[in-house]
Amino acid sequence: MHNRLACRCNENFSLSSNCVQFRNVNKSFQEQSVIKNISLDLPLNETTALVGESGSGKSTLLRLVNGLVLPDSGEVKLFGTPIDYKDIAMVRRTMGFAVQGAGLFPHLTIMENVTLIARLEKWSPAQISERYAALFDLLALSHDFSDRYPHMLSGGQQQRVSLCRAMMLNPPLMLLDEPFSALDPITRRTIQDEFINLQVVERRSVILVTHDMSEAEKLAEFLVIIREGEVVQSGAVNDVRNNPVNEYVRSLFEQEHLN
Amino acid sequence: MNGFLRARKFIVVLYTSRVPSLAVTVLTSLVLFCMPASATETAKRPIVVASKNFNESYLLSEMLSQMLEAKGYPVERKFGLGGTLVCYEALRNGEVDVYPEYSGTLGRVILKVDDPAPSEARLNQLLADSPISVLDSFGFNNTYAIALKASLARERQLSAISDLSGQSDLRVAFGLEFLNREDGWIGLSALYDLPHDPIGIEHGLAYQAIDDNKVDITDAYSTDGDLARYGLTTLVDDRQYFPQYIGLPFVRNELPVEVKQILNQLAGKIDDELMRNLNGQVVVEGKTFAEVANQYLAGQNIVRAEVTGTGGILDYLPDSLLENTLTHLKLTSIALALGCLLGFPLGIVVYRSKTVSRVVVYVAGLMQTIPSIALLALMIPLFGIGQVPAIIALFLYSLLPILRNTITALLTIDPLLKSIAEAIGLTRFQQLRYVLVPMAVPNILAGVKTAAVISIGTATLAAFIGAGGLGEPIVTGLALNSTELILQGAIPAACLAIIVELLFEGLEKLLVKPHMLQNQITE
Repeated sequence: MHNRLACRCNENFSLSSNCVQFRNVNKSFQEQSVIKNISLDLPLNETTALVGESGSGKSTLLRLVNGLVLPDSGEVKLFGTPIDYKDIAMVRRTMGFAVQGAGLFPHLTIMENVTLIARLEKWSPAQISERYAALFDLLALSHDFSDRYPHMLSGGQQQRVSLCRAMMLNPPLMLLDEPFSALDPITRRTIQDEFINLQVVERRSVILVTHDMSEAEKLAEFLVIIREGEVVQSGAVNDVRNNPVNEYVRSLFEQEHLN
Repeated sequence: MNGFLRARKFIVVLYTSRVPSLAVTVLTSLVLFCMPASATETAKRPIVVASKNFNESYLLSEMLSQMLEAKGYPVERKFGLGGTLVCYEALRNGEVDVYPEYSGTLGRVILKVDDPAPSEARLNQLLADSPISVLDSFGFNNTYAIALKASLARERQLSAISDLSGQSDLRVAFGLEFLNREDGWIGLSALYDLPHDPIGIEHGLAYQAIDDNKVDITDAYSTDGDLARYGLTTLVDDRQYFPQYIGLPFVRNELPVEVKQILNQLAGKIDDELMRNLNGQVVVEGKTFAEVANQYLAGQNIVRAEVTGTGGILDYLPDSLLENTLTHLKLTSIALALGCLLGFPLGIVVYRSKTVSRVVVYVAGLMQTIPSIALLALMIPLFGIGQVPAIIALFLYSLLPILRNTITALLTIDPLLKSIAEAIGLTRFQQLRYVLVPMAVPNILAGVKTAAVISIGTATLAAFIGAGGLGEPIVTGLALNSTELILQGAIPAACLAIIVELLFEGLEKLLVKPHMLQNQITE
């Protein structure tokens, strides 16, 4: 199973130099247009930050990638292939997912939370414990937590566990929805540093939704600025900073410098 | 996987897609299990004698039973069924072969004829197209009567109701039903031109009030055994105001002629006075039905006299406390199991749709609003009497709490966790199995607990349709006004409810981690 999953991804790698491609994607909720004809290519094996204010549509764009939101029109491609919505659960296993507030299942222990999908993928116990231990070391988590329940851990610890859960199957793509924003500044900085380290050790495509431009600059290589359901500007972080297309983009960087 | 997960596994098994067909299989086999094995035993099938749930009916049924047994017929006694409708439906369905009925009740309640005194011939004419008929009447008329102290009647020379019209100083108290019924006091006072201004009183207290000289006159049933206890006499209904309630055996036509002849042996032999006396031997002297019936029948040379115990009415109970408790547990646990088998999967299937789940909960709620005794009565035409209809009724009652708690439990799970369960790649079934259902277990368990406690309480009413259980002593006790008997059923039933409550708390501890109990809905 582990191999099947890996194959599924490897063969996809060869097809495209983009992890995700949006083609004329539209989405409305209750007649309210949230995503307006977005076409966008996100680079392979880089961290992309989707930056925008609340309500800009950035989280919706992220959820179009894993099929939690279905496009009204247009197409979303993963590694060059259109999303197979019929087998969406299996497609989602190729994408790690972590959100603000961690969202760990309260009735499962930390270990059960992290290894749930690996067990369903019929990984061997040895494989599971090896991967689990490696992730815990990467994120500086104590192995004493394994048998505890999520409510016994601090917010920062829970967030690290949720990153472990997202990376357990070693997915080629990670979707992160403001995973660091509910944390206190010190914890946030620490985990952000750990995240950078992760991208060094296990490089993969990451899409990070954030409203914090400094976080985007710190963690991402590629930047997509979204406003009212439209892409205002996208490109390498440095290019966007140096050549903002309009006042709005410039102001996003300036606000950050004021901070 | 740790012990906690493993323990939860068996609960989870209930949610697999195979459950509906499993439910059908289990239901079918349970129903078959509860059915009497009738086909093979038709040859030696006992004659089923039923009675309603009051003293006189028990006594007459016991007499009929003893007469049959004296001639070598095996008898199955289904005494204390909950009222006319239950007995009638059971007789018509062939679940019962004979029970004592009253001409007025049969005419008014069942055949809906406007005849205050239908004869046996008239009744049988009306019943001509049905498989049932009446035999010859016992001879007494258990109708409404106006009762007063025999000493007062002598003193003022009162023998008929019309004598009361000049006696406006007498204090009159009636039971509330009699006081307010069109065919009770309202019509009576108009016909006889009675000047009295009666007060309403709980019927059971009226005799005591007369005994204490607080009241002079009350309503009564003409064959009430208590009349003798308080030295009361009844006035003749000289203008035939009250309908006639002539006691007679109500039988299935298919009974052999010899059997009908046996049942007819009491024809015309028991007048009001004798019936009152026999009733009094039970309610006043505390003899058993079997004893009173045997003494009378032996005196008539219908059966052999037998030496019987003198344990009072308590001797009546055929089943021990243990047996009643086991029956009770059987009824409630099967009903509860069926409730779970249908309630869980149904809740899981419908919870996503607000409209559908609302409809389902409304329908289940509707079930709950049907008074238990009415629901039991509705079961009879479909399932007869006994344990099967009782279990089905209890099952219908248990559905609502199980269903509602399952739906609410699933709906109140944090939407973030639901979307994460989806996003990490769990299939629909896996979302239910690994996230939704385990998280809902505390609330689902609470629903099952509620259903279990309701079932234990409601199951006491199952005795009204001959299902047995702890309701049997309660129903008999109610009929005979015996607190002792009522407590024999009520105390074990209450204990059972408490034990079940404790068991569920234990189960909760076993299946649910303490921190998962925090956001439990309280039902």
